[in-house]
Amino acid sequence: MLVLTCPYCGVAACETELAPGGEAHLKRFGPGSSDEDFEAYLFLRPNVKGVHFERWRHAMGCGKWFLAARDTATLEVFGTYRAQTSAPPPEIVAAIQAKRPDWSLT
Amino acid sequence: MSDQAVSALPGAEATGLVTVREMGLQGMVTLRADLSAAARAVQRVTGAAMPGVRRIEAGKGCSVAWMSPDELLILCDRAGADRMVFDLTEALTGQHHVAVNVSDARAMFALEGAPGGLRDVLSKVTPADMGALVPGEMRRTRLAQVPAAIWFEAEGAARVICFRSVARYVFDVLAMSARPGGAVDYH
Ligand SMILES: [Zn+2]
Repeated sequence: MLVLTCPYCGVAACETELAPGGEAHLKRFGPGSSDEDFEAYLFLRPNVKGVHFERWRHAMGCGKWFLAARDTATLEVFGTYRAQTSAPPPEIVAAIQAKRPDWSLT
Repeated sequence: MSDQAVSALPGAEATGLVTVREMGLQGMVTLRADLSAAARAVQRVTGAAMPGVRRIEAGKGCSVAWMSPDELLILCDRAGADRMVFDLTEALTGQHHVAVNVSDARAMFALEGAPGGLRDVLSKVTPADMGALVPGEMRRTRLAQVPAAIWFEAEGAARVICFRSVARYVFDVLAMSARPGGAVDYH
């Protein structure tokens, strides 16, 4: 069972109380962008095995979107953080690097 | 028209490991606002201090529950809900907010019995940690397949709120979980 702590209400929420929102920190390519950029924005995901940043919504709870860093292979959760950020905050990066010294934010 | 209002499942009651009872007409007002900016107005209207995260504060004839960083639920008399909306709207003039009487959009249930049995009956149908839920804390979660909010008025008295459209489903799920023979003796 995957448990993520919502940074807005503090509830340690079971996966079944949450709605998944896919990969986090995507840069939007909208009107005026090239077909290649638009396609990549809509469809192309690295789908990594390992450290991954994700969007989740506390759907059966406070209703807020938040972000989570976890390992897709081991399900280890490094941390959760507020959605109002375009990159993982330093404490999340540090928490990941403490467990995965080889990993870096690229 | 309000004198003709009926609750979702008038008189519904089931007794087993605990008693499950539909509570009849209950006033509920949702307020969405910047809660820190609205604290004084909320206190003036309800008599309650602004609740902390997931907390419930008692006011004058009502209680105020923290539902999200920008949302409160005020529980009051059904007949006083429209007045509550009016007073909140007036007290928050000039502040971005919305106050709505949601009484007829919800159903509320009382579960009463032994504290451990209550937590067992709820735990069978929610992933929330009922052992960690103390009186005065509001826990939004799911009951089986639908959203619900659960809190304890006292150790032996739990309350459940759900959308009115799923009132029958929630009552049946709770009544089934409370059926004799289903004791798990965990809490
Ligand atoms: Zn939450």
